[in-house]
Amino acid sequence: MSQEILDKVNAQVSAKFPGAVLSAELLYNFPVFTVDHNDAHEIVSFLKNDPELNFHFLTDLTGMQTADEKHLGVIYHLHNLPKNMRVRVKTFFSMDKPEIPTVTDLWPGANWMERETFDFYGVKFKGHPNLKRILNVDEMDIFPLRKEYPLEDQTRDDKSDKMFGR
Amino acid sequence: MSQEIIKRTKLEIAKQPEGLEGPGFFATKVDEVIGMARANSLWPLPFATSCCGIEFMATMASHYDLARFGMERLSFSPRQADLLMVMGTIAKKMGPTLRQVYEQMAEPRWVLSVGACASSGGIFDTYSVLQGIDRIIPVDVYVPGCPPRPEQIIEGILKIQELSRNESGRRRNSPEYKKLMNSYGIE
Amino acid sequence: MSKKENTTPSTPPSDTMEKEYTTLNLGPTHPATHGIFQNVLTMDGEIIHNAVPTLGYIHRAFEKLAERRPYAQITPITDRLNYCSSPINNMGWHMTVEKLIKAEVPKRAEYHRVIIMELSRIADHIICNTIIGQDTGATTGFLYLFQWREHIYDIFESICGARLTTNICRIGGFDKEWSQKTWDMINNFVRDFPKGLEEFNGLLERNRIFMDRTINCGPISAEMALEYSFTGPNLRAAGVDYDVRVATPYSSYEDFEFQIPVGTQGDTYDRFTVRQEEMRQSLHIIRQAIKNMPSGKMHADIPDFFLPPKDQVYNNMEALIYHFKIVMGETDIPAGEIYHCVEGGNGELGFYLISDGGRTPFRLHFRRPCFIYYQAYPEMIKGAMLSDAIITMSSMNVIAGELDA
Repeated sequence: MSQEILDKVNAQVSAKFPGAVLSAELLYNFPVFTVDHNDAHEIVSFLKNDPELNFHFLTDLTGMQTADEKHLGVIYHLHNLPKNMRVRVKTFFSMDKPEIPTVTDLWPGANWMERETFDFYGVKFKGHPNLKRILNVDEMDIFPLRKEYPLEDQTRDDKSDKMFGR
Repeated sequence: MSQEIIKRTKLEIAKQPEGLEGPGFFATKVDEVIGMARANSLWPLPFATSCCGIEFMATMASHYDLARFGMERLSFSPRQADLLMVMGTIAKKMGPTLRQVYEQMAEPRWVLSVGACASSGGIFDTYSVLQGIDRIIPVDVYVPGCPPRPEQIIEGILKIQELSRNESGRRRNSPEYKKLMNSYGIE
Repeated sequence: MSKKENTTPSTPPSDTMEKEYTTLNLGPTHPATHGIFQNVLTMDGEIIHNAVPTLGYIHRAFEKLAERRPYAQITPITDRLNYCSSPINNMGWHMTVEKLIKAEVPKRAEYHRVIIMELSRIADHIICNTIIGQDTGATTGFLYLFQWREHIYDIFESICGARLTTNICRIGGFDKEWSQKTWDMINNFVRDFPKGLEEFNGLLERNRIFMDRTINCGPISAEMALEYSFTGPNLRAAGVDYDVRVATPYSSYEDFEFQIPVGTQGDTYDRFTVRQEEMRQSLHIIRQAIKNMPSGKMHADIPDFFLPPKDQVYNNMEALIYHFKIVMGETDIPAGEIYHCVEGGNGELGFYLISDGGRTPFRLHFRRPCFIYYQAYPEMIKGAMLSDAIITMSSMNVIAGELDA
């Protein structure tokens, strides 16, 4: 079942956007596509609007940072409810220019998910109606989920390393 | 008549303070009378933010029944409240609001910090969480637990009652108290 | 005193007055909001013209925190997502890890999990529905049905020792069989709760005042709900029969027979009735699970992840090594990428996990249903009265912990 979805979507997207699909694989029985970030919006839009594929439900949108700490990624989980098919679309881009078109024109529900991704990773969604921090305070000047920033509260002075033998 | 009702419903009335008693008069210290009245009619302001707030709902509901302790009325306005019950995580974004609520309360005021998060930050030693509300407002009683059981919350309230019962009437004007407030930057 | 200035406008007011909007700040600590979210409302008289929600007041950085914790230690974090039904979050996380390490959980453990999940779904819906009653002025239901919630807490307590933040179950299954007392409590609950539920139902469902308050209050169409990625009871109230338990069955849900209630209008009344019916269906599922309980082991055969019994730890070298490795978080986890979802109290609760083979996840993202559907709230209350906005919010069951992560 999953393999069929993978092959079908891969064939259709590759035909429409030659060279845009960087990889298509089955991870734990889940079809996953990595696509070029320049075509990401068009591919997601195609997946949504194509009457046969009909991935009309945006389950999730989130960001991530790659292990080399030089690239950021955005991950879309799409769902076709009537046929119960899911796909994951991943796209990566350089941290020097973390820009990607918004999908709020396709799903109004993507609004806050993109704001959260901006808040955590600093991904700038071009064309987003209200791209500002959502969970953290506006004055924050870091993007906390990037690996280079510490998790702990930096104002604590009661945690002595001596107690832990470090 | 009132004695009759008390007998019939097995109500316990507050203990009478020590004093001189005679036919038609009773003399005692003002502090003790006021303390007794305050302790048994605290108006709590529930500042429930997260998980501990749900446990507080259970404390308030019929099973644990907070109303037994003279707390029938929850005051959602800080102006009339005596006791600020902070229940749950206070994030750095929420800190200024909490402080504003505290400043709006009239003296005398007590603060009960319920749960590990409010007391110390708990397991959330993270960039966004305030590491204990005692960094911005003075706290009277801490209730540990994640979340504390309703019995623990009630125990904390009883401790607050004890504090308010034994507090001297002039404590809030004392230099020590002013110094404490100034250390938090509250006038 | 300064001299009083003449503030009369130079031009007399015209006949057509300009429309004036009032800005009203609802929250973050308003007693009617049940949790801390702020809404800055633009009001035209008592009609809401616009609403701007602000959130993040209890942002606790779960996702960053999860990147620093070994897998077993992430379960307590999931407790605090939707704390009204934390067992479902726990199970969702356990199943995600089991999927990653390809563990085969025995049917018996899965049936036990179903019982716990359905009990916590009832506990979740009790909070939501009684709060709708509370906000429409019917406190009785709240005081009445919370008594039953205490019984569910007692059951959880007898299984895992905690009431609210349960950290129930383990990766791979359960650590031990449930005691006879637990079973007695569950049987008593299943026997007695329908009576309490129907009494509560009788207070509100056909109550004229309640119906007038809630019908057509905060409606949302099915199309709009799908555009906003609604899931769970709120989507079903709008008329879409999407339920993760049926669409992608997990933990043997395919063995059970139950119905998915759907509404038609997507208004507050429909959300209320859908949740009421879901509680009945949950009871139905629990009855089936008790009746058809398979025999067998309570946990998967994965010594790398499942703590060995204590007496073996003290007397057996191998068990001691496993115990040490698990407790110190030194077990080898395969690298992989997983999306697993369960039907939480509020909708599709998803775990998107990327493991790079280290002792902690490389990235863990929670798909939090509240966070996603709450953004439709301004759309739903536009043109409504202020009092309707309050009950719309309570009927959406927005949980601050899940909203702000």
